[in-house]
Amino acid sequence: MTFFPPWPNCIVLNTAGKNTEITRSVLGAYRKPKPAVMAAKPKLWYFHGRGRMESIRWLLAAAGVEFEEEFLETREQYEKLQKDGRLLFGQVPLVEIDGMELTQTRAILSYLAAKYNLHGKDLKETVRYQSARANTWFFSKLCLPIRRLRSDAAFQPGGRGGDKGRCFLALAVKKAKTRYFPVFEKVGCGDPDFLVGNKFSWADIQLLEAILTMEELDASVLSDFPLLKEFKTRFSNIPTIKKFLQPGSQRKPPPDSHYVEVVRNILQF
Amino acid sequence: MAGKPKLHYFDARGRMEAIRWLLAAAGVEFEEKLIESSEDLDKLRYVLSSFLLSKDGSLVFQQVPMVEIDGMKLVQTRAILNYIATKYDLYGKDMKERALIDMYTEGVADLGEMIMLLPLCPPDQKNTKLTLIQERATNRYLPAFENVLKSHRQDYLVGNKLSKADIHLVELLYYVEELDPSLLANFPLLKGLKTRVSNLPAVKKFLQPGSQRKLPGGEKSLERARKIFKF
Repeated sequence: MTFFPPWPNCIVLNTAGKNTEITRSVLGAYRKPKPAVMAAKPKLWYFHGRGRMESIRWLLAAAGVEFEEEFLETREQYEKLQKDGRLLFGQVPLVEIDGMELTQTRAILSYLAAKYNLHGKDLKETVRYQSARANTWFFSKLCLPIRRLRSDAAFQPGGRGGDKGRCFLALAVKKAKTRYFPVFEKVGCGDPDFLVGNKFSWADIQLLEAILTMEELDASVLSDFPLLKEFKTRFSNIPTIKKFLQPGSQRKPPPDSHYVEVVRNILQF
Repeated sequence: MAGKPKLHYFDARGRMEAIRWLLAAAGVEFEEKLIESSEDLDKLRYVLSSFLLSKDGSLVFQQVPMVEIDGMKLVQTRAILNYIATKYDLYGKDMKERALIDMYTEGVADLGEMIMLLPLCPPDQKNTKLTLIQERATNRYLPAFENVLKSHRQDYLVGNKLSKADIHLVELLYYVEELDPSLLANFPLLKGLKTRVSNLPAVKKFLQPGSQRKLPGGEKSLERARKIFKF
């Protein structure tokens, strides 16, 4: 029985597909921003680490959008942002884009995904577009518990290497293997393209991010998931993503004790 | 046009109430299929089971709220709300307005979540939690929204037009008031928004007794939920 919107593509994983064809269709899948829009790069304000900003960095990188970053290193910087009224609810991530000061991760991701056409469907088809958005939310929600466990692990006494930290990370890997990856692996309706609708979308990026971070913790995590392995290989070779995966890109490393210390100091907890 | 949207949830506010508010404010009639027992919940899970993989019956994702609308079975509260808002033109006129609406909605959701989860708090933590909610409302969330209204002096949060952000915020203001009426004292513009939105005919109707609006849970509702969801 069809669970999601009843168009032929459903929610799919690409089970076959040659690299060159995929690359061409991916490059066609999003418009280049218009010149006026390209004037100023988005500017990201956050700590020098992954946290809640990383999924935003991934999205921008995958869309081929250059961005600038300001790193919060002191309490004073953070207080200044607040005093200047730039943080609506007193929280980061903050992204300056198109004359707006956007906070709230989901709001930011949603805006960027729409702007760079990463919702996986033609904007003209409103109902289908909304269904695609619904699918995207669904998949990103699936990745959320894994992400939470990972970030909580860093903030346990002893950090990720301590007893509790390692416990959290082990649980994240277990959940990925037993609950979440099976869902993505199983879902396949024969559409030759991507995860949502038939264009590369925000959901694909989030899944790739989840896979790679789980592999950091357990290199064998994909051993039972051949389709996910294929997905990972194919997506990692998309030019913009390949570039983001190189050393020296704006991708951030896993949180270490210095990162934890800075965040605790700035947010005072 | 298919039939009315059908809401699957149990007889409580929980995560479905925001959806009820939004549909009501949009003037959309809806039906409700109330989950009254764990058997009902199992039936619902079976229907949605093509996307459930764990044999032990544990949920891979949260399956309720679920709304049948336009031939789809949608889950995920945000996805449902966004769909309804777009369909009934409550989501701003362009991407930028939508970004603001999303940002405000997330703030409402953060405070709303704290209030919603308060009854589930162990008794010895309740007071601490309540104090935190009062502090966050007074120092973070209510001032933020008051300042938005102050900045443009328009009747609604975004684009001088009613949007989902206004509806979610007004719903929240009712809950804040239920929790502690004094919290709204120093926010005249928020009080004005609450009055204005409450007087819209569709919302006014929803606020009458006998509507599909759900009352605060209380201990009985929590017990029923525990039985159904087995926690």
